[in-house]
Amino acid sequence: MTGADRPAAVPGGALTPDDDSEAGRWGWAAGERRRPIIQAASRRTLRRRRLIGRVGRGLCMLCAAIGLAPLVALVYYTAERGIPGLSVDFFFHAPVPEGIPGGGVSTAISGTARIVGLAIVMAIPVGVLASLFLYERRGRLAGAVRFGADLLTGVPSIVIGIFAYALFVRPLHHFSDVAASFALAVLMLPIMIRANEEAMRSVAVDLWEAGVALGARRSRVARSVVLRGSLPGLVTGNLLAISRGVGETAPLLFTVAAPTFAMTLLIYADGTQPYPDVQQTAWSTALVLLLFVLVLSGAARLVASRLTRRAR
Amino acid sequence: MTPASVAAEASGRMPPRQATASGPAVTLEDVKVSFGDHVAVRNVTLELAARQVTALVGPSGCGKTTVLRAINRLHDHTGGRVEGKIRLGGVDVYAPDTDPELIRARIGMVFQRPNPFPTMSILDNVTSGLRFNGIRNKAMLREAAESALRHAALWDIVKDRLNQTALRLSGGQQQRLCIARALAIEPDVLLMDEPCSALDPIATAKIEDLITNLASEVTIVLVTHNMFQAARVSDNAAVFLLDEDRVGELVEVGPTVQVFDSPSNERTKQYVTGHVG
Repeated sequence: MTGADRPAAVPGGALTPDDDSEAGRWGWAAGERRRPIIQAASRRTLRRRRLIGRVGRGLCMLCAAIGLAPLVALVYYTAERGIPGLSVDFFFHAPVPEGIPGGGVSTAISGTARIVGLAIVMAIPVGVLASLFLYERRGRLAGAVRFGADLLTGVPSIVIGIFAYALFVRPLHHFSDVAASFALAVLMLPIMIRANEEAMRSVAVDLWEAGVALGARRSRVARSVVLRGSLPGLVTGNLLAISRGVGETAPLLFTVAAPTFAMTLLIYADGTQPYPDVQQTAWSTALVLLLFVLVLSGAARLVASRLTRRAR
Repeated sequence: MTPASVAAEASGRMPPRQATASGPAVTLEDVKVSFGDHVAVRNVTLELAARQVTALVGPSGCGKTTVLRAINRLHDHTGGRVEGKIRLGGVDVYAPDTDPELIRARIGMVFQRPNPFPTMSILDNVTSGLRFNGIRNKAMLREAAESALRHAALWDIVKDRLNQTALRLSGGQQQRLCIARALAIEPDVLLMDEPCSALDPIATAKIEDLITNLASEVTIVLVTHNMFQAARVSDNAAVFLLDEDRVGELVEVGPTVQVFDSPSNERTKQYVTGHVG
């Protein structure tokens, strides 16, 4: 701020007109006692403040567009390349070796469904109960669990894959869906825990207190007030964690027997082949996977809004 | 409707409750509540007369609500430490072998802002306390709900939409629903923490009427910063003020008329006249 910019520190100094000619325009009534310094400053800086506001708003819109652009481009590109390869056979037939016409990716779709399904069964109960623990307890152990969950979120998925490999595949001497599901569960669990805790914290404290004050045990309040009240958030958080798991490739590299048993592996394997029809399969599979994740996210939102509306 | 509920309705009384016969419903002896190193309120010795309304009044931050929440052990979960003795009837509320759940099942509580359970219907809200305490008999729940809603002057308004969400009710109706929820467990004592602070004057008047009517059946403790409200609805008043260490303390207690008209304590007089006059 320059010296000329600074309002003179004289109350009632020559910063506002002495007469009431501009009364009303600047928000004071004729004859009303004014606060000249503030109002004069306000008037002088209005143009600048307005400009800053406009520029800021424009920047926000631009960045929002930049954020959205890759999604639109990605969906468009994948759809353009993937749609030609889609057919009924694609969904319901097993893969055939290259050069032979026909065939589909049914094994990969069912494989992914199986692996993710089992991972969900493993992760959701643990996730909900663990986050309930975090919600209920404030002690050092809760802090450690929360910190652990945060760290686990940052562990590269390939490391989790090696972990599952060392834990299951090597000792048992064969690849298995269970190992893959375990790896995905480990990957989804920390996301679920943090999302669940967030959802539970959004239940107002005075609802919790109302439950306790009625003579309910804490466990009952946790079930009937906290879990029930945060259900929309729990569903959304878990579905988003699941859609994260569906798209993972690295943990499956070490645990699934063949690329034809998981969509993401199939995309990688077929996409790096030199044969156009095999590449076509990769694109189409990618499209199916993408749609699946989009539908899952959409479902998350739909279920959440349904549950919220019923609650209202 | 059962004969019992008809009779209850006719006599305008709830089904028989555990008698607290004579003597105070709640006694507090030299109660002090602190959070960590911070003492919130101390020197509280107070008898809450059975089936009367006792108002806890005083400026903000002088420990009224803190004392109220000590009575049903809500501080157990917020890290507050309660010293001194609190008795509910003949039971030592803070004795090691006293179950806080059993204490709370005898004490209803109404909060500053209406807080019906948003995921429950009107009916389920009213019966929630009973269900939380293990009662499952549908007929019994339904009957208790009707009785409680009648006592909260809400039955005629909600009887045709018991299965609708509670959130469509107005603020005042929601607060009366919360009162019904608290009454449904047939408490000996009803704790009300500034129950009208979020309500408009008309809704406030209805709640005040309710308090007056309920006082014949249940001991009511009302925290309010509104001296007029205390004067209108309470039988007894307990005045809390900050002492020289800025810790809340009980400075005077007695019949409301006496406390407001001729307070014996000089500071009470200043406070009462300063606000009322």
